[in-house]
Amino acid sequence: MPDSGPDTGIGASVKRKEDFRFLTGQGRFTDDIDRPGQVHAYFVRSPHAHARIKGIDKAAAEQAPGVIAVFTGADMAADNVGSLPCGWVVTDRHGQPHKAPPHFPLARDKVLYVGDHVAVAIAETYAQAKEAGEQVAVDYEELPAIANPAKAAAEGAPQVHDEAPGNLCYDWVMGDEAQVDAAFAKAHHVTRLDLINNRLIPNAMEPRAAIGEYDGGTDNYTLYSTSQNPHLLKLILCAFVFGLNENKLRVIAPDVGGGFGSKIFCYAEETVCTWAAKKVRRPVKWTAERSESFSSDAHGRDHVTHAELAMDENGKFLGLKVETTANMGAYLSSFATAVPTYLYATLLAGQYTTPVIFANVKAVFTNTAPVDAYRGAGRPEATYVLERIVEVAAREMKIDPVELRRRNFIQPDQFPYQTPVALQYDIGDYDQSMDKALEMIDYKGFAERRKASEAKGKLRGIGISAYIEACGIAPSAVVGSLGAGVGLWESAQVRFNPTGSVTIFTGSHSHGQGHETTFSQLVADTLGVPIENVEIVHGDTGSVPMGMGTYGSRSLAVGGSAIAKACDKIIEKSRKIAAHLMEASVEDVEFDKGKFRVAGTDKEKSIAEIAFTAYVPHNYPADVEPGLDETAFYDPLNFTYPAGVHICEVEIDPATGITEVVDWVAVDDFGKVINPMVVEGQVHGGIAQGVGQAMLENCVYDMESGQLLTGSYMDYCMPRAGDLPSFRIGLTETPCTHNPLGVKGCGEAGAIAAPPAVINAITDALGILSMDMPATPEKVWRLANQHAQAAE
Amino acid sequence: MYDFTHHRPASVDDAVKALAGASDGKFMAGGMTLIPTLKQRLASPSDLVDLGGIRDLKGIREDGGKLVIGAMTTHATVARDATVRAKIPALAHLADGIGDPQVRNRGTIGGSIANNDPAADYPAGLVGLGATVHTSKRELSADDFFTGMFETALAEDEIVTAVAFPQPDKAAYVKFANPASRYAIVGVMVAKGPAGVRVAVTGAGPSVFRLADAESALGGNFSADAVGNVKVSADGLNSDLHASAEYRAHLVSVMLKRAVAAAAG
Repeated sequence: MPDSGPDTGIGASVKRKEDFRFLTGQGRFTDDIDRPGQVHAYFVRSPHAHARIKGIDKAAAEQAPGVIAVFTGADMAADNVGSLPCGWVVTDRHGQPHKAPPHFPLARDKVLYVGDHVAVAIAETYAQAKEAGEQVAVDYEELPAIANPAKAAAEGAPQVHDEAPGNLCYDWVMGDEAQVDAAFAKAHHVTRLDLINNRLIPNAMEPRAAIGEYDGGTDNYTLYSTSQNPHLLKLILCAFVFGLNENKLRVIAPDVGGGFGSKIFCYAEETVCTWAAKKVRRPVKWTAERSESFSSDAHGRDHVTHAELAMDENGKFLGLKVETTANMGAYLSSFATAVPTYLYATLLAGQYTTPVIFANVKAVFTNTAPVDAYRGAGRPEATYVLERIVEVAAREMKIDPVELRRRNFIQPDQFPYQTPVALQYDIGDYDQSMDKALEMIDYKGFAERRKASEAKGKLRGIGISAYIEACGIAPSAVVGSLGAGVGLWESAQVRFNPTGSVTIFTGSHSHGQGHETTFSQLVADTLGVPIENVEIVHGDTGSVPMGMGTYGSRSLAVGGSAIAKACDKIIEKSRKIAAHLMEASVEDVEFDKGKFRVAGTDKEKSIAEIAFTAYVPHNYPADVEPGLDETAFYDPLNFTYPAGVHICEVEIDPATGITEVVDWVAVDDFGKVINPMVVEGQVHGGIAQGVGQAMLENCVYDMESGQLLTGSYMDYCMPRAGDLPSFRIGLTETPCTHNPLGVKGCGEAGAIAAPPAVINAITDALGILSMDMPATPEKVWRLANQHAQAAE
Repeated sequence: MYDFTHHRPASVDDAVKALAGASDGKFMAGGMTLIPTLKQRLASPSDLVDLGGIRDLKGIREDGGKLVIGAMTTHATVARDATVRAKIPALAHLADGIGDPQVRNRGTIGGSIANNDPAADYPAGLVGLGATVHTSKRELSADDFFTGMFETALAEDEIVTAVAFPQPDKAAYVKFANPASRYAIVGVMVAKGPAGVRVAVTGAGPSVFRLADAESALGGNFSADAVGNVKVSADGLNSDLHASAEYRAHLVSVMLKRAVAAAAG
């Protein structure tokens, strides 16, 4: 039972504390902030996918009404503003670092994608800035463009960067190719599959925004930004871009309305606003228009893959071989290189005992927007490869797909389990999740449901996805050895205020995940204080200890563990104070539900009384410092490994190709759960995004011109409530073995599990082996027709 | 958007006068297409003559067996109007499926037909039901009103004032919506009534068109079976990211059958 009562402790579905302000329009987002004297920035962007800048005439723009300044790449170069770095060095198969061409915040000689930044106009109002921006005359020499990643490395393809011949960023391998070849030589059957992981546009509800501010009196900068990791943004801007001491920049990321990864990165616009604030000596504000979000937020996925799975006669997996071309876009975004390598190939074992795996990933540059982490980041791509090829293998081997998976599941007594692709899983029970999911969906009854659908003229299919993800990427020493430029620990500061309330400073950053609720529950439960007496502070490098932010489903497993560690320090210090007050020895003082008691007596002191004593230390132990304020840093020993089984059923109208997802069961093992309602919300959102990728969303560039064809909601289809069934959620629990909370993370699971479940279901309904996402009505109609004709 | 002068006249005459006094003026009804166009700076009219203040253009009434809908009546109003739902439920259903709630609460029938987007729903409604368009200058049949992609018979200074619908015996509108925009990829209105059997298709071609084959087949036998073999050529049909011409041609046959089944049912 939860310690501080059933309503607010660990395991309770506490309503989200932050929702009152969000639902009543009282959230405070970057665009809600207006600084005194602020001026507005408008970015002049490239209309071409690839062009040389022969000249920029800004004279007319500078004379336009309200204009304060117009800057180009030359102005930033004159101030020695550096290139936006990529923070993860991938070493290629020849031992060479990846090709890292420069990415200047404002283009210098060439523009490399539609939406690339050419100049900034700064004026008293946004309308005036935009007006002036339109008068910046850029003389372009158009160059041939390459938008198709599958053709980027081909001979004669247009070259994006001189520094990257053949448009190759890296050619990287993981695993032992010779061993895999030996396994394939012994195989009874090899399943082969080509697939495309479609490119996505993140579409956070809140567009990116920034306000750069400069204080001439102190020579200090402040940047308000829609960032998922303000400390990291500060570090990148100071150490790599501006060459500025870190004490001179404060980054504030207030309420942030969704990110899905796209707000991890250091972008040109916030860089320019910060730099320009000193140039014009006024705060400079920019908020993306939605069409700018489409063209210049870092996109997600975009893989072309060939995979082969070798099996023995019983369907036991002998080896897996995967070749992937990953599109990096025109420039390397902050963590782009890591996504299709260490966050992708490492997941290719999935829930299975495949003994040998070889992956070869070629990352290519194209004249498209940069591609980087997007909800799941590499793990959805890996899961899609694996759960699709396992499904196809089952159909080819004529083994029930559940049975084939079970024959290959890692068994509970095999943990900790070392995969052939670097990871060591700590714990899991994959049959248990499968059993529960099959029962919830009534797997046995599917044949009857299929008949009922057929009677209505519909094709029904069922699709399974048994996924695993690796969350809370760590420990720092390991990621460092793999090329990461940062540590991946987290910080927390737990501060008791004198009258007994608690302020928590966390390096995690909530942009929709409900940290204020979950973390408050954790603290209320651990310290035994009422939840309303707990305040969560995040997102301000001026007040929060250095932290690493929120991505990769890491906040509870890493950030929450740091809070738990800091709470432990608070309790231990308080115990000494309590012992002094109750004239007992420290060893005899017990702590439970917010009270310190001397064992075997009725003496007790509440933790609030201890806090007051710590700040008003009139009667106080001599060897204890005043105050009750503890900071902890937590560097995990390993990733966490949430896993589960999602099963969906679809009904297809063969006359139109319209596919309806009619049922969805999600059984997830997230370890210990602090707030089931918040977890369920994360699962719902993740599945919606996964279904979006599988059926609706597709970022399309014209392959010849490099123009973005899906640049608005008229053509880029987001999932709506009506596109989705009521999800049925089940949980299993094998607590994480190596963090103090036993938690694993839940934010990305749905987006990882869903796409293969949908495509497995649709191909099952159509009686085919394979199709590419998104399963649009026309595609499904054509496949249904081809199949019907072939059957005739 | 670029700056413009905003007018909000209270009468049709004043609206026409305001436009006449402008160097490059434009009428605005609900603004559901015009405002996004302005925001993207794809148009820069000198003057916007907002028709939203003209009371006479709003509302729904019956007149000599016809249902007359004022040009500035919103889609949401048409969708929930008791008279429309009783007399021409297919029209209420059509209005209820346009765009999203925000569009339905701002967008108007007059604005929609004056814009004549090839993927809009109302053109199929008017042509299929054999409606008459009333303007500030004249009355003309829906068949004559829609002349091509984003083109109508309206003169520059002519305002749609109302649309008069005869009451059909049977009618239904079935649409295959673009999953992103909810515009019609194909929409088919089928009606049987005083104007005979009429079948109108939107979304598939450059502008709304009638299906003569289907109309004659249904003239003798108003049932889905009668149109079972009606096929449309893909030649000249729209093709985009969401649907090829071939798929649209196929969908016309499917939506036609479903519309007839719904109307006959």
